[in-house]
Amino acid sequence: MNAFWIILTGSLVATCCSLLGCYLILRRMAMVGDAISHAVLPGIVIAFLLTGSRDSVPMLIGAGLLGVLTTFLIEFFHRYARVQADAAIGVTFTWLFAIGIILISVFAGQVDLDQECVLYGEIAYVPLDLWITSGGLSMGPRTVWTLSVVTLLIAFFIIIGYKELFLTTFDPAFAAAIGISTSLWYYLLMTAVSLTTVASFESVGAILVVAFLVAPPATAYLLTDNFKAMLVISVIVGILSSIVGYYLAVWMDGSIAGAIATVTGIAFTLAFLFSPTRGILLRQKRVQGVSH
Amino acid sequence: MKEFFEFFSFADANIRYVTLGSVLLASSSAVVGCFTLLRKRALVGDAVAHAVLPGVCLAFILSGTKNPFILLIGAFVTGWLSLVAIDFITSRSRIKEDTAIGLVLSVFFGIGILLLTSIQHSGNAAQSGLDKFLFGKAASLVGEDLITFSVVAVLLLIAVILYYKELTLLCFDQAYARTIGFPVRGLELLLTTLTVFAVVVGIQAVGVVLMAAMLITPAAAARFWTENLKVMLVLAAFMGAFSGIAGAFVSYTAPAMPTGPWIVLIVSMIAILSFALAPRRGWIARILRQRRNKTRILEENLLKLLFQLGELRQDYEASRSLDDLLERRSIPPKQALRGLQKLKRQGYLKKENQRWLLTTEGEKRGRRVVRLHRLWELYLTQYLNLASDHVHEDAETIEHIITPELEQKLLEELNYPDLDPHSARIP
Repeated sequence: MNAFWIILTGSLVATCCSLLGCYLILRRMAMVGDAISHAVLPGIVIAFLLTGSRDSVPMLIGAGLLGVLTTFLIEFFHRYARVQADAAIGVTFTWLFAIGIILISVFAGQVDLDQECVLYGEIAYVPLDLWITSGGLSMGPRTVWTLSVVTLLIAFFIIIGYKELFLTTFDPAFAAAIGISTSLWYYLLMTAVSLTTVASFESVGAILVVAFLVAPPATAYLLTDNFKAMLVISVIVGILSSIVGYYLAVWMDGSIAGAIATVTGIAFTLAFLFSPTRGILLRQKRVQGVSH
Repeated sequence: MKEFFEFFSFADANIRYVTLGSVLLASSSAVVGCFTLLRKRALVGDAVAHAVLPGVCLAFILSGTKNPFILLIGAFVTGWLSLVAIDFITSRSRIKEDTAIGLVLSVFFGIGILLLTSIQHSGNAAQSGLDKFLFGKAASLVGEDLITFSVVAVLLLIAVILYYKELTLLCFDQAYARTIGFPVRGLELLLTTLTVFAVVVGIQAVGVVLMAAMLITPAAAARFWTENLKVMLVLAAFMGAFSGIAGAFVSYTAPAMPTGPWIVLIVSMIAILSFALAPRRGWIARILRQRRNKTRILEENLLKLLFQLGELRQDYEASRSLDDLLERRSIPPKQALRGLQKLKRQGYLKKENQRWLLTTEGEKRGRRVVRLHRLWELYLTQYLNLASDHVHEDAETIEHIITPELEQKLLEELNYPDLDPHSARIP
């Protein structure tokens, strides 16, 4: 049963992240996702200090705000202060992360958090934190519920805003011309990324969020030229990686998040080498075939 | 205050180690960071920092010891591999660089975490302290670490000084470097190696996540104060060193405070202040400059209007009401009034019972703007063969920009003309 809950958690995170990641990598904003996943730390700490619990809702709000603030700061540094784009990302997220760690040290007595947890979480503890109703009925792990809600929200967001997201991603100028606010959808997308990060940080940690945001979409990107297919393939790759990663972790007796990230990397490597259209090995063969 | 003197007397060996270590680390990585920043590859340092972990773990598994030298070799190998992987992925597929960086960063780190936890769970007692590579332990630096730091810092600085010219060219004009026969590939490898060195050493002090800041932040801050690379390198090193000392001091006065994050926090504050306040490139300086340009354009437009009205009625001495002006050109009345008053204070205008008239100075300046406008229109029609009804907009902008030297050139080029394309006299 534990294995089921853990794999389910991993798959839920994989679904949210892979869907959003498709947009991020096409907008060349993969590193913004990385930055957000680190920069939400102070938001988590502050929400924890204010409410005194690891309750999900205040944390989601606190870190969600911080995520948007991060994007805003990056934009601000880049556009108004003219800091070059990659430096703006680097400065912003390390700054916020440092503040987060300092806050943890200042309130060490009151905050039951550490940076290890933020970086690589502990998905193995997911089945232990059960949601027990007042009637004594066990509803399954709490994290699974939070993540399910977030996954539904993200799926809903992408279905409702499919056209707008699609257009602002591929042709921002055209989108603006027909009256779609590119910055509104940009910030909505970033809010979704921060929500996902926070919802998953406790269980899987920032590093797996980044892995899911980047690796499955990148894998899918090498396998198809159709955007809808890319969304579907990346979700499938994410879920498969969660399953395989879990058993790899069990076999090696190591961190599940780390193992899943490793497997997403393997999936990418396979696509990179053997993709029928884009893989470097098969592509070479085809080129040779033409020259004969 | 007592603490301040205690700290800066450096009597305590521990303080000496921590401070010196932080300074060496922060300034040497800042110098290397300048080059990666200028090559627009700032975030690569972040990837290397994460990729170091699997190397450390593998070195431990293979050697079974925690000998820092062996661990460093492991770290160096995977850090280096990660950069090669990023290059390989971006050059051999349609994956963009940011995606490749994110991918390599998270996958390498994932492998590292998997190995690290696997080692920790194996019950091997020798493993404790490996996680120093994850979060850094600047406050517990000892003499031995300091020796490693100094050696690496000195090596980095020597390499930068020796290859200064080559690295500069690599950052600013790679194509040119290649044409004049520089081994660009080799230089890239050199810069990669320097980056990996800086990261591998620095990571033990500040940890994986914050290492990126040690490379990027001082360099980004220094970039705002100068256009000269040498000055930028020195500035970045100083900013790094200062935050190193300050971070060590904070964690000395409050022992619960982690040194690494404080160094990063301080250097980030320096950077953010630089972004805002630096003269010329800073945000505030830019806003002021824009505002100044805007008022100048408004003033010149007002003078031009008054001059044109005078020209129209062949009467430069007469005074005009605000409405006369706004009739010809729509300017928000409040703005116009403010502009007129300012021009009066500067002595370009006189005010006689709610009506405005040009002084000699004002007439001269207004005439010049009109002249530049018409000269430019003529230039565009003659030299670019633009239709005469297409040139007004362009001239509206350029009339505020042309310098006296350019004006002279235009006059010579157009052979001191009398009429503009609309057959208006050029005053």
